[in-house]
Amino acid sequence: MAQPLTFVLSVPETPEDHGPEPSPYDESEVHDSFYQLIQEQSQWVAEEGLELQQREPGPPETPGSGHQTLLGPEDPLVHSTATLRILASMPSRTIEKRFLLVKELQGLPVAQRDHVLRGMPLGLAEKRSLREESRTLTRKRRGRRGRRGLLPCCGRLRDACVLALHSLGLGLLSGLHALMPWRYALKRIGGQFGSSVLSYFLFLKTLLAFNALLLLPLLAFLVGVQAAFPPPASPGAVPAFTGLELLTGAGRFTHTVMYYGYYSNTTLNQPCVPPLDGGQCSREADGLPYNMPLAYLFTVGVAFFITCITLVYSMSHSFGESYRVGSTAGVHAVTVFCSWDHKVTQKRASRVQHDNIRTHLKELLAEWQLRQVPRSLCGRLRQVAVLGLVWLLCLGTALGCTVAVYAFSELMIKSPVSTEQEGALLALPTVVCVLNLGAPYLYRCLAALERHDSPVLEVYVAICRNLILKMVILGILCYHWLGRRVGVLKEQCWENFVGQELYRLMVLDFIFVLLDTLFGELVWRLISEKKLKREKPEFDIAGNVLELIYGQTLTWLGVLFSPLLPAIQIIKLLCLFYIKKTSLMANCQAPRRPWLASHMSTVFVSLLCFPSFLGAAVFLCYAVWQVRPSSTCGPFRTLDTMYEAGKVWVRRLEQAGPSVSWVPWIHRYLVENTFPVYLVSALLLAVIYLNIQVVKGQRRVMYLLKEQISNEGEDKIFLINKLHSVYERKERRAGRTQEAEQLAGDLDTW
Amino acid sequence: MGGSGSRLSKELLAEYQVRGTPVPGEFARGPALASGVPGRAAGRVRPPGGPLNPSRFAFQELTFLTKQEILLAHKRFCELLPQEHRSVEESLQIRVSLEQILSLPELKANPFKERICRVFSTSPARDSLSFEDFLDLLSVFSDTATPDIKSHYAFRIFDFDDDGTLNREDLSQLVNCLTGQGEDTRLSASEMKQLIDNILEESDIDRDGTINLSEFQHVISRSPDFASSFKIVL
Repeated sequence: MAQPLTFVLSVPETPEDHGPEPSPYDESEVHDSFYQLIQEQSQWVAEEGLELQQREPGPPETPGSGHQTLLGPEDPLVHSTATLRILASMPSRTIEKRFLLVKELQGLPVAQRDHVLRGMPLGLAEKRSLREESRTLTRKRRGRRGRRGLLPCCGRLRDACVLALHSLGLGLLSGLHALMPWRYALKRIGGQFGSSVLSYFLFLKTLLAFNALLLLPLLAFLVGVQAAFPPPASPGAVPAFTGLELLTGAGRFTHTVMYYGYYSNTTLNQPCVPPLDGGQCSREADGLPYNMPLAYLFTVGVAFFITCITLVYSMSHSFGESYRVGSTAGVHAVTVFCSWDHKVTQKRASRVQHDNIRTHLKELLAEWQLRQVPRSLCGRLRQVAVLGLVWLLCLGTALGCTVAVYAFSELMIKSPVSTEQEGALLALPTVVCVLNLGAPYLYRCLAALERHDSPVLEVYVAICRNLILKMVILGILCYHWLGRRVGVLKEQCWENFVGQELYRLMVLDFIFVLLDTLFGELVWRLISEKKLKREKPEFDIAGNVLELIYGQTLTWLGVLFSPLLPAIQIIKLLCLFYIKKTSLMANCQAPRRPWLASHMSTVFVSLLCFPSFLGAAVFLCYAVWQVRPSSTCGPFRTLDTMYEAGKVWVRRLEQAGPSVSWVPWIHRYLVENTFPVYLVSALLLAVIYLNIQVVKGQRRVMYLLKEQISNEGEDKIFLINKLHSVYERKERRAGRTQEAEQLAGDLDTW
Repeated sequence: MGGSGSRLSKELLAEYQVRGTPVPGEFARGPALASGVPGRAAGRVRPPGGPLNPSRFAFQELTFLTKQEILLAHKRFCELLPQEHRSVEESLQIRVSLEQILSLPELKANPFKERICRVFSTSPARDSLSFEDFLDLLSVFSDTATPDIKSHYAFRIFDFDDDGTLNREDLSQLVNCLTGQGEDTRLSASEMKQLIDNILEESDIDRDGTINLSEFQHVISRSPDFASSFKIVL
């Protein structure tokens, strides 16, 4: 006889069923579709009643109990239609239905339709058919609405205008694109060396644009006008042109439109006063009077203001593009997904990229493991001590260089240079350039002593130290010019001297950069390949960018005293582009350190704005407001300060009448008053604080949303497992019923 | 078993995820096609002779490429064709095999070149590219393409088994592509496991053991360099 069948009502005993949590029936937060499914299934279970199950001798062998994976790989996939229906209609998983898409496209105006289509991840053929469909349906609908006279015409006209503007815009953009200079060269550099080295050349291009922007008003309003109305010739013979002028900027170049001293302090092109005996003025004296001192002050001021606005805008734009909330977390995933640079097209460069990524991944893993094991107190103290020592040494070096420059400048004051020995004028700039070149190498040696946790931090620290050195040296030079030289050169033209000093600094800086490229890259490559059998030297991006920023600072410092300095900077940048490109292609390889190119671009532009432009603006303001101009040359020779030219003009406007009284009003209450400055600073601080709070709030919201998604994922898995356990029970029961029927049939036949 | 943290079976996951992600080429045959319009209805074009006129085929409106870029792409595409098929009409109909596209200098050194070509290919066997597929490729990799569309296609390129999610095998193949093809350039097994665990820890928000499109796009949004590095310029 058969074994007595035990009837056991088996409901899977899971702790959650009897727990204090509310059941899904109570919870209104459960997704609608799941709620419906649960209702269905529990109803079915109640209807079917008891379940037949044979008691099994041992522990259940099916892996489908509890929370584990239900289906082993050998079981066939069985899903009920209900599950499939539910899962297919889950809002996060639905395929975009084509007719819904077409309807959505019809609701948009024509120009926007193309914009939306362009951004869809579909093939061209599908996009085109969608476009055709949405057009035909729109036409049909319009046809059905019937002709209503003016309205379709307006609509068609508006569409035509929008399309015309759109194609004009596209045409302009493509024209601009074709005009971009050095496009092929930049593509080659990007292809061979990657985005990080490319960022240096793009920064160089940006600086060219800034200088061109600065030069245009100066050329138009100062240099051009003064060249058209030359001042009376200075007494004494004009010195002959020797080649030394190109280096010193003095000699033949002193009394030219290049320097401040050439500009007249009168009103040019004044309408002539007819002579007393009743004669007539000659025709050519008619014309607009041009007040040179005022024009000088305003042009320099406006040029600086435009540069400031452009710099701040580009810095905020760059910052907005490169800053992401929560970008410091998840570094492994970001490295793996985003670090391959598809612009690299050469096999060799590709291999270098593979090596770099592999090294970077290994470093990340090592860092991560190190963080799992926190360093001992002793180790951390040692690291802090080494860090402090190295910083002290670096700052000490910077101080030493500053003192050396100061002492040398005092020496130059004590022994004045006669006109025959103009070559001796090059001594101070040479010392400055040598220090600027040598100290970074010393810093690199010192940096080998300390060990940072992250390689990117090393780069930032190196940039910081070099920047401090350069700015401090420039600061001491500014003090030397405005503080000491003004006093020493009382009867002569000190502005010309300052302008020439800056010219000399720029030219010598260029020469030393050439020498550094020659020896640092070319000769080093020859030595390292032949003798040391090592790889080519790396292209030092940070050092080169700091050089560019330094050169631009010199230009901005000197614009007031030498209006043609931006033109010289443009020539210098053009030469630098080709020299650096040639040297890069021939001698260097891409840097091994990981470079976040967009972060670095933001850092470069910020460094250009903050220490560099701000320092130049402070120097300019001090020179205009506080220093007495020399009495023998220049457009401000009779005034107490350069700013007085503006004040004199405002006073004249006040007397001119009520129609222009708003200008003196603005001058008195907004420019001379200090209150607006405080107001603007307070507003700026408030805006920055608000932005910081917004970012904090966004971070918090992201954290909460992630928690929510994680919880919902767990819920989903739990529910699907439950569903499957229910179906499995159903299958098993169906199988048992069949067996039981068969058994009963056998018994019958017995 | 799906590995650490994955409590759903691989088949079940594959089943309900593949229905959700539109797979290229299957769009036209998907179950949601209610209007009955076949996918590639407008593929037939009858251009007149002469040089390619991009505005006639709406290339400029539907891709992110400028007119110069489209003409340059057409020129480079025609260079891959045999001499007798280089007319405008034929070049728009004919398909170029994968090997020829992979011989382009812009793609030769790219470790993902095969995946890129397969993702953009619309032929049933995914082994040839037409001119429109080529334009699609260049459009997604161009300067002006939105980061959204770039990340969508990057996901498809990294999805080596085309199942709509990045699971452990996809990730390990991806890392092997990145580190180089030689035996000595790969990461060790323990390093690979650790790396994939870290990646899943950082990016798998719903803890199902795989990375889906939204999670991938969330990771990408944290990197401002992605858009500039996901570029190929002819």
